[in-house]
Amino acid sequence: MVQITVNGTAHQLEVEDDTPLLWVLRDTLGLTGTKYGCGVAQCGACTVLVDGMAMRSCQVPVDSVAGQAITTIEAVEQDPVGARLVSAWVALDVPQCGYCQSGQLMAATALLKETPKPSEADIAGAMTNLCRCGTYNMIAAGIRQAADAA
Amino acid sequence: MTRPDDALAAALQGDAPLNLSRRATLAAALGGGLLLALGIPQRPARAQAMGGLAHARKVPSYLTIRPDGRILLQNPFAEGGQGIHTAVAQIVAEELDADLAAFEVQTAPAGADYQVLFNGTRRVTGGSFSIRNTFAHFRVLGATARAMLLAAGAQRLGVPLGELTTEPGFVVHAASSRRIPYGELAEAAAALPVPGDAEPRTGAFRLIGTPQKRLDTRAKSTGQAQYGIDIRVDGMLQGAVIHAPRAGAEPGEVLNEAALKAMPGVHSVHRLPGAVAVLADSFWRARKAAAAAEIAWTALSGQPVVAEDFSSPGMLEALRTQADAPGNPARDMQGDAATALRGAAKVVTADYDAPYLAHAQLEPPSATVRFNADGTLDVWTPNQSPEAFRSIAARESELAEEKIRIHTPLLGGFFGRHFTYGSIHPMNQAIRLARAVERPVKVIWTREEEFARDAYRPLSMARLRAGLDAAGRIVAFHATVPGEGPVAKHFGTARLGTPPLDTSAVEGVAFKPYAIPNRRVDWVHVPHPVNIGFWRSVGHSMNDFFYESFLDEVAEAAGADPLAFRRAHLAESPRHLALLDAVMELSGGWRRGPYQAADGTRRARGLAMASPFGSEVATVAEVSLREGEVLVHDIFVAIDPGSIVNPAIIKAQVESAACIGLSSAAFEEVVFEGGQPQQRNFDSYRILSRAEMPKVHVRIVESGAPMGGVGEPGTPGVPPAVANAVAALTGRRLRSLPFGKHRLGEA
Repeated sequence: MVQITVNGTAHQLEVEDDTPLLWVLRDTLGLTGTKYGCGVAQCGACTVLVDGMAMRSCQVPVDSVAGQAITTIEAVEQDPVGARLVSAWVALDVPQCGYCQSGQLMAATALLKETPKPSEADIAGAMTNLCRCGTYNMIAAGIRQAADAA
Repeated sequence: MTRPDDALAAALQGDAPLNLSRRATLAAALGGGLLLALGIPQRPARAQAMGGLAHARKVPSYLTIRPDGRILLQNPFAEGGQGIHTAVAQIVAEELDADLAAFEVQTAPAGADYQVLFNGTRRVTGGSFSIRNTFAHFRVLGATARAMLLAAGAQRLGVPLGELTTEPGFVVHAASSRRIPYGELAEAAAALPVPGDAEPRTGAFRLIGTPQKRLDTRAKSTGQAQYGIDIRVDGMLQGAVIHAPRAGAEPGEVLNEAALKAMPGVHSVHRLPGAVAVLADSFWRARKAAAAAEIAWTALSGQPVVAEDFSSPGMLEALRTQADAPGNPARDMQGDAATALRGAAKVVTADYDAPYLAHAQLEPPSATVRFNADGTLDVWTPNQSPEAFRSIAARESELAEEKIRIHTPLLGGFFGRHFTYGSIHPMNQAIRLARAVERPVKVIWTREEEFARDAYRPLSMARLRAGLDAAGRIVAFHATVPGEGPVAKHFGTARLGTPPLDTSAVEGVAFKPYAIPNRRVDWVHVPHPVNIGFWRSVGHSMNDFFYESFLDEVAEAAGADPLAFRRAHLAESPRHLALLDAVMELSGGWRRGPYQAADGTRRARGLAMASPFGSEVATVAEVSLREGEVLVHDIFVAIDPGSIVNPAIIKAQVESAACIGLSSAAFEEVVFEGGQPQQRNFDSYRILSRAEMPKVHVRIVESGAPMGGVGEPGTPGVPPAVANAVAALTGRRLRSLPFGKHRLGEA
């Protein structure tokens, strides 16, 4: 039995301790906005916030985040920084296929909460998630727009 | 609108029950003279066959206008990031005279009314076909629906039809200042006969040609967009599979089956064609058990298994041994290339090659399957071709096609991945599993399984030979392309003409626009023992790299500047000259370099052209070197798709296509060793990340030529433009992809 808190709600889970947080979110809690892309923390599609820090949930055993505050894309707009980012994404039409964008937005949220006015180097350092559609420049534009809106 | 170089079109068309062939049969039965007597055009019919208006007035199949004014549109095409849901709605909204934001778009189910390609007989989402072949269809569809709403409005208001007009979302009677929302007329309109004569409006467009917002951005920015992998149905089990290490082998025995079944949540263990599957109550539990499976693989007699000694270097060598063999010529052959080469003042020869590539779409394949109590079957799976998947589902399930519903969710990228490429597919697996356990089943392939069973962009090589005359002009070009493209692999050579030609193997080396009096591109069929597929821009993805890099080599041998050399061979083609002008203007004027940039780096530029999917493209790349790796700063692309629907989506597609083109050129390769692909995840299959993403500048040129494709054409120019820039910078000619395997020093 593991207890975790996701988007402000506590859950008791009947899963093995080493189950990756990703699959708990997707299969056990039905929060499918967090995506599976590689399973080895290479692509970042599964990025969520754990106590405000961006983490790749496919490599996070669920028992390691018991008691911590987990935020997923489904609650991104409850955070003012996340809401500004979503507005910028919508204004600029950032996504193409969209599959990586949950992870991109969570990584961007973590970045702007830590560094409200990021430099290009800050963006480069924080935004390492893969995008096969090549929306990287639009993602950076979205982050700058959200930062300017603050 | 098709061209002889549309590989996928040629193959599909060869298989399509075209009216043309029926007419031919009829003509043969009644005497050939009837053909002309009936006024049936013979050759032009093929060009018209691509699109057509066969289903353009079937409004109820496509459009539902709800009382609240929301407009539900069934799109024949799948949305995988290319913006097709928005672009199609934009065309319909134009002629329907509706707000684009009122549209909700989903991919239409399998069905006759959605066969909008090949004269109303087929559909696929691919070949950059969608807009260019259905522009007229969707305009007529929108116009027909508008006519129905106007007729319903005339009835309701009791005024002559001629007194009514529309404003976006409303039927308007100006004389009495009355406006009726479409949503209030839709039910009455639906009861009216569908007019057969409504025509698109004339005059300036309101939406077409303007950068309209995409319809799905918000859902994709809040985690609400649903992909195939997100489907959940009541009572389903989840399946993980392990495929044979070498394709073609079969599971003999699962040695630790009892132990696997005892693992938490595990329901059952199954042997499938070429794979073992574990079903469990969650995907992670299924995957964990599948990973622990000890499987004895076996070769069934008579079934081909990828040989233990099969390797990428071995395959490349096999191609190379055929590079001087006689082949079948591409249809743009002209003059006598062999003789002209022998008489040339100077001859340049070079071999080029490119590796197998994975599609690496970020959403791994999946399928969810449910047999229903009423004898029907529901299938949710990412696909570019619902009817082809339905046909396979019918075979696998032993149900009639009309009992099967294929649901096409949003695709988490595709790039050619989701055609049918043989029987090893999550859908086939899920159907067998669901039938075996009498419960709904979802099968997800892990990234490792996906990279092991992708249908790869084929490893390719070409030998290129050019002869220059004394004036430094190309008098002869002869290329030999040994190998195989996805068309020959999956459609067979029987329908590829006489002698057979796999355009998907030669496009990009053949069908180039340069005026060369003697030219010949030979295809020598060398099959791939591993599965291959369509990968964004298909043959162009490597062949334009071969050709346009080689063209720079030939220019150098002629002592000519690469731009001037291209212009000289395009002097009779105003469209290409204008495109070169556009890309030069966009990039601030041609300078090859090397030169010192403002930041102190030493840079150079390269140029390339491509003619893919009915569009024309000119690309300039600016590069420098950093620690022996190529760094691409800027890519400038001028694209001429003839005419356009949504410039914002086109720019996004060109940037996307440029990114994947650079990614393939710089990093990507699937290397086979011991009959197995060595790259099984993104740690070893490197794709372009943010750190390597250049600025991409796009100029759209609307020449008014027949509409061309948009999703793929931005890709093929990038690898040669970069290679040509690297050659200018370093003096080193890169003839083998990816660049990343070479350490580069400056000249």
